[in-house]
Amino acid sequence: MTDNQRLVIRSNKDLPEVEPLLEQMTDALHQRIRLLGLDNIALVGIHSGGVWIAEQLHDRLGLIEPMGTLDISFYRDDYTRVGLNPSVKPSNLPFATESRHIVLVDDVIMSGRTIRAALNELFDYGRPDSVTLVTLLDLPGRELPVQPDITGQKIQLPEGARIKLSPDPLALTLLEPADA
Amino acid sequence: MNLTIRGGRLIDPAQQLDEVIDIHIADGRILALGQAPAGFAPERTLHAEGQVVSPGFIDIGAHLREPGPSYKGNLRSETKAALAGGYTSICCRPDTNPCIDSSAVVQQIMDKVKLLGQAKVRPIAAMTKNLEGTHLSNMAGLQHSGCIAVSNMRNAIEDTLILRRCFEYASTFDLRVVFYPEDSWLRGDGCAHEGALATRLGLGGIPAAAEAIGLSRVLHLVEVTGVRVHFSMLSTAQAVEMIARAQAKGLPITADVAMTHLIYTEAEIDGYNSQFFVQPPLRSHADRDALRQGVRDGVLSVITSAHLPHEEAAKMAPFAASEPGMATLETLLSQGLELVKAEVISLPQLVERLTIGPAQAMGLAVGSLAVGQAADLCIFDTESEWQVNDDSLFTAGENTPLMGAYLKGQVQTTLVDGSVVFER
Amino acid sequence: MKPITAPQTKASIGSGVDPRSVQLTEDGKLRHFLTLGGLNKDILEEILDTADSFVNMGEQSVKKVPLLRGKTVVNLFFENSTRTRSTFELAAKRLSADVLNLDISKSATTKGETLMDTLQNLEAMGSDMFVIRHADSGAQHFIASQISPNVAIINAGDGRHAHPTQAMLDMYTIRKHKGDFAKLKVAIVGDILHSRVARSQIQALNILGAQEVRLIGPKTLLPASLAEMGATLYTRMEDGLKDVDVVIMLRLQKERMDGALLPSESEFYRLYGLTTEKLSYAKPDAVVMHPGPINRGVEIESAVADGPQSLILHQVSYGIPIRMAVMSMAISGQTQQKAKDAALSASTESGANSDKNTDGEEASA
Repeated sequence: MTDNQRLVIRSNKDLPEVEPLLEQMTDALHQRIRLLGLDNIALVGIHSGGVWIAEQLHDRLGLIEPMGTLDISFYRDDYTRVGLNPSVKPSNLPFATESRHIVLVDDVIMSGRTIRAALNELFDYGRPDSVTLVTLLDLPGRELPVQPDITGQKIQLPEGARIKLSPDPLALTLLEPADA
Repeated sequence: MNLTIRGGRLIDPAQQLDEVIDIHIADGRILALGQAPAGFAPERTLHAEGQVVSPGFIDIGAHLREPGPSYKGNLRSETKAALAGGYTSICCRPDTNPCIDSSAVVQQIMDKVKLLGQAKVRPIAAMTKNLEGTHLSNMAGLQHSGCIAVSNMRNAIEDTLILRRCFEYASTFDLRVVFYPEDSWLRGDGCAHEGALATRLGLGGIPAAAEAIGLSRVLHLVEVTGVRVHFSMLSTAQAVEMIARAQAKGLPITADVAMTHLIYTEAEIDGYNSQFFVQPPLRSHADRDALRQGVRDGVLSVITSAHLPHEEAAKMAPFAASEPGMATLETLLSQGLELVKAEVISLPQLVERLTIGPAQAMGLAVGSLAVGQAADLCIFDTESEWQVNDDSLFTAGENTPLMGAYLKGQVQTTLVDGSVVFER
Repeated sequence: MKPITAPQTKASIGSGVDPRSVQLTEDGKLRHFLTLGGLNKDILEEILDTADSFVNMGEQSVKKVPLLRGKTVVNLFFENSTRTRSTFELAAKRLSADVLNLDISKSATTKGETLMDTLQNLEAMGSDMFVIRHADSGAQHFIASQISPNVAIINAGDGRHAHPTQAMLDMYTIRKHKGDFAKLKVAIVGDILHSRVARSQIQALNILGAQEVRLIGPKTLLPASLAEMGATLYTRMEDGLKDVDVVIMLRLQKERMDGALLPSESEFYRLYGLTTEKLSYAKPDAVVMHPGPINRGVEIESAVADGPQSLILHQVSYGIPIRMAVMSMAISGQTQQKAKDAALSASTESGANSDKNTDGEEASA
């Protein structure tokens, strides 16, 4: 895919609905699982948005084993610069990761640094056989060689704007530079 | 050398003089004030217009660091610092290394002083051998060698009978005792004024009562023995009050306060600035106010330097582990002038506490510029701004909290026995 | 060598800098942790909240995080304390720091090496943090302001002055088990005079807004000037413990018995030892704390120390997360301040040989 395939967002009305994207991601995951012959997969969501997405995928895939959650605050590479967020949630992996196929889920990928931190934390728990990365959205601005295997939608935002995912029901909002 | 100082404001409290007047000097002495005597031809004229001319300052208890480790200073550096600060006579303290408890040590000091030809030095001798508080020193011999008084500094003489013997023996020769009142038991290992600040900082406190009890003990012995005692470096309101009462009663006592204690309070040690670790400790605002009042009233007739120079490393330690004391000779005048500006004391009062006050307390025939007196004097201005730094200071001491500060007023010229020994 | 005090400009009478600002960056963040004096409620709560995160982390199978990876923490204990040193060591290791333990009392200083030389050598070796315990009050202040301002200094106890990490773990314990400080009456009992823990606790409780702080002890161990730190003084347990929510017992040092401070251990225990009976003066749900190690039968009865109201073991377990919180906050503040200073010196004197920003980390995720 190239960048000209990105959906250009100019205002809130350009934003995609979350529901169809989740459907599409579930299909892609099913396909990938079949294709690679992955059995024994385990879902892990990254706090906070990634957990919400992962919960949805967990239901749709009909997994029985509970999913895991990661708070990567302690693994960030910028804490000496911006300090620590004092309300770090505990990471919780209710299963052994050793020799598992992990599906790592986040809401947005941009620089790739969050995923780097998450992979580091994940590997502190053991050595999985593989990690598949799933994100709802893919924004330009990668700073690390990390690419999602499955993405709901590649989008492009106006200069300085940010995107926010809110739960119940899952919905996207565009934060203009003035709001951001 | 004949010399005239022209146009200066002469402040000489001993003569109750404060006027712009010319001073004529011949053969090291004051020849005339005002009109030059007929036929007087000065070889040199010093122009002192706009400046103050004062009798040379006299200090009781500065540490001149000799004999002793030279990295803390020596007679050359410290008497030079004295001249730069306006001092022409120093009664130096006895706790040198070895201490001033033998004529040999006194002789060594006097020989060096003579060679240097700077400020006049009159040592205060140790009152007990090695300042140990157990055996009397050879007071008569020490007096004969040139000592002006005896003192045991802050080394306790715990046995009151020995203290009484010391006083009786000193008074036999009309030797003055310089006494630093402090109860050593109450002092303990304290290093700060006992109170809320010391409690919060976790520093050992020295109660004001330590000074009052030390003072009270000596005052009773003065009554018994009749010895002349000069109490040095008082720090508390109680002490000022006790001195005033004893003086009113007619006891032969005088007392001083260090400039440090007139300027600062214990608040300075918040944050453990070891530059403000001094003995006795800096005390409360109320104490400082009482000390200032004492200076105004004349109960405290002397302001001392408490000059105690140290190398930089002496202060580079946690507060209580650092060495106490401050190098002050060259900054004292500026601080005194700040007190004048703040209307704590008048300029003539300041001069009096630095000249005739200490001269009388020590029985020295200096401290006045009356005709016939030795021409020991200093000329200073009250306004010129200068920075305290390694270049401007002559003392070997690095231990002043004023390092880097800008002060006002500075000695420009100092004369000892009619010779210009210091010029800026 | 630089002058020992910051050069004062102009006026000399009574001028001085606020010493407690030494531990904060220009933005008001911790760069050293020396005392609780001068800190505001926000910082104390940030410490407690951050510790909360680390407590939760303790439930994970992997107890280690890479926050201080590549940083060197030196434990400098001029006074021996295996217990405190161990918690600092574990805390540093759980943050992935490299830890060096130096028992200074036995090594360098005895060879005549000065405190200053030792610290400067360690700094030259690239240390990022010194955890220091020292017998002199203010020693860490002196080191942070005069010797090693660019190394984060953590006070692990100085003289009688402060033991801020101990006090913070006590605050953590109180918050966790009793909640809102504004509703709490807290009594501290025993040798307050010599206790750095008590001084830090009094400050912490006042900053966090405790309803009342009471100090209980005989007058030889309870200087009246303590009231000015924000506490009410009591000499009788019956009066002092009445209706309190928290009772903190202090350790009575055996050597205090040598002086004239106390007549005997037995009399002290009879008057001030916390027994079940005396504890009944407090509220029924009052909790009991002790910084340890306990002298059973001297300041506290075993039945109380091991009883249902005792939080003593909880205190021990919170020691590590509190120290992790303080250490990570100080390193973060120190790094930010250094980056700022470096940027400043680079902009003022171009090409100057300024300290390199030691962390080569990049922009944020």
